[in-house]
Amino acid sequence: MEPLRKTEKDIHPMDDLLRMDRIPHIWCPGCGIGTAVTAFAAGLAKAEIDLTKTCIVSGIGCTGRVAGYVKLDSFHTTHGRAIAFATGIQVANPDLKVIVFSGDGDLISIGGNHFIHAARRNINMLVICVNNFIYAMTGGQVAPTTPLATYATTSPFGCVEPPFNIPYLADSSGAVYVARWTALHVRRLTNSIAEALKKPGFSVIEVISPCAMYYSRINRLGDGLDMMKFYHDNTEIRHGEDTKNLDIGFQTKIIVGKFVDRERPTYMDSYNKWLSGTKKD
Amino acid sequence: MKTNLKAVLTGTHTLSGNEAFIEGAFAAGCRFLAAYPIMPAIETIERYLKRSAEVGATFIQMEDEISALAAVIGASWTGKKSMTVTSGPGFSNMMEHLGLGVMLETPCVIVDVQQSGPSLGIPTRAGQGDMMQARWGSHGDYEVITLSPSSPQEMFDFTIKAFNFSEKYRTPVIIMSDEYVAHKKEKVIIPRADEIKITPRRYFKGQKDKYLPFKRDKDFVPRMVDIGDGYKFHVTGLTHDDKGYPIMLEECQEYNVHPILWKIRNDTEKIIEFQEIGTKDAEIVIVYYGATSGAASKAIKQARDLGIKVGSLKLDTVWPFPDKKITELAEKVKAFVVPEINYGQIVSEVERCSYGNANVVFVSHGENGIDNTEDIVSAIKLALNEEKIKKGIIEYQSQTGRV
Repeated sequence: MEPLRKTEKDIHPMDDLLRMDRIPHIWCPGCGIGTAVTAFAAGLAKAEIDLTKTCIVSGIGCTGRVAGYVKLDSFHTTHGRAIAFATGIQVANPDLKVIVFSGDGDLISIGGNHFIHAARRNINMLVICVNNFIYAMTGGQVAPTTPLATYATTSPFGCVEPPFNIPYLADSSGAVYVARWTALHVRRLTNSIAEALKKPGFSVIEVISPCAMYYSRINRLGDGLDMMKFYHDNTEIRHGEDTKNLDIGFQTKIIVGKFVDRERPTYMDSYNKWLSGTKKD
Repeated sequence: MKTNLKAVLTGTHTLSGNEAFIEGAFAAGCRFLAAYPIMPAIETIERYLKRSAEVGATFIQMEDEISALAAVIGASWTGKKSMTVTSGPGFSNMMEHLGLGVMLETPCVIVDVQQSGPSLGIPTRAGQGDMMQARWGSHGDYEVITLSPSSPQEMFDFTIKAFNFSEKYRTPVIIMSDEYVAHKKEKVIIPRADEIKITPRRYFKGQKDKYLPFKRDKDFVPRMVDIGDGYKFHVTGLTHDDKGYPIMLEECQEYNVHPILWKIRNDTEKIIEFQEIGTKDAEIVIVYYGATSGAASKAIKQARDLGIKVGSLKLDTVWPFPDKKITELAEKVKAFVVPEINYGQIVSEVERCSYGNANVVFVSHGENGIDNTEDIVSAIKLALNEEKIKKGIIEYQSQTGRV
């Protein structure tokens, strides 16, 4: 019998970029990570970069699973160490473009040290940080991005710690490209990813994402759609805004946009300069 | 692979253990080092940087030892032979990624220049207190090949061996150096590049979409590819199938982890190396490794001069442990004497493997163990005078330096 041929209808435009044999994914209904991955895949296609020379590294957590769904050379590593792992890849083979796709808890809490140092060194990589304000994989604990007074399973009295402002942290640590979008700003996020993929140096894109299962349930904010409606009504695009002003409170206005786009020699630029200096002697 | 002639410093040199390690690494083809500065390992990084430009090797000083080993594992997947170097406190930090290296089956070499411990201990003094940590420090089950050099020459030779093992078995390999071996300067003979046996990485050569990163050969070792070669593979630290996709089932745990252990356990005969001297007629056998080698061989000579039949077993490979050899010897000899610069680690393995057939006398000491010949000789006499076989380890009470 002749095998069934795939019709045009059966082929999804992102089939080449995603590991279709792993679909369905593990994310909950209403979650924004899938949207971020779609934007990433679209961004990859749009940037028209050599995909064989591109690889993706994730840490642990909900967003940490992204590397497993993207059809690139992909690594699912230890908690918080995705940037350190990616640094090794980038420095050992500078021809590769490395993307670190992970969550706020992974990158900013346990991996906070690696984040600031990779930014300081200006390692050539794109970090996409999905921020859902909570540790979701483990069931809704306080994250370093959880806004003050927000409820979580480990803050039943409301979070008592002030959160990190990720763009400000990235900016002050030396990132050359810093942007923030929500899961609602798919087109702008896609453009931002495509732009950052071509930018040499340490780029950070924060993606604010609804966590319908824990963040919104514990705080009684409705489902994923309600969170998206909230983003629709309460985000403001302010390109070039000083990153100091980008704090996020509980259900306060979220400022999005591209905040930093500057030039700085990357780690490999400086390293090769030193190397060519030693060879002349 | 093209041989870089500058990488192999053929000739006779006077090198410290730390320097000999770097020369061994370059000769073995290592081209990537990520490390965090720590005493007493720091001279390795300095030596590496002195030579890296002419060899064409890359270095990055990471923000801590956790990231150093993470970077090494990442770098190894680009096709570069990679390593890191540290000491006790940093070695503790590396335990997390030792596990990842085992699970991702990534070839790399870790050198632990042991110092005194626990915690900060004495960073400028030798110790052998990390021997068990190398074997059991990371969570979960794993096997790790661990070599223990006792001189700069061995440091050079064992480093090449370590890289070869790591490529052959696709696994991290640990070299347990210590402050004494690291700083001792001795003659090191470096052979010609064509005389050095190098095990090349075993690559998958097939269709781009047919590569399975954990599909095993008969010897349980899967093939590798490099990032950027177009295979678009996935690997994970979670329990996974041949494709590298996570499968959260008990059957897969068995399918995944069992071969990771048995690829080494099946080959222990080929991996384990030791130097056995005068054990044929021996009543007492001294089992030693690393920094205590000097004192042990002096003590053997002294005891032989006294007319005591002493043999020696120097462990070049500490893990996997030479169980069979110890068991075999235990049936013939009266007792083992085990000197260590710790409070009892490898001695318990010797005791385990002797199955009550021979006494095990433990000479525990601080850093004075490096030249503590008298205590070893006294322990040999103690072992000789013991009539019955005692249960457990007999601890020799040192005459020096104990409160």
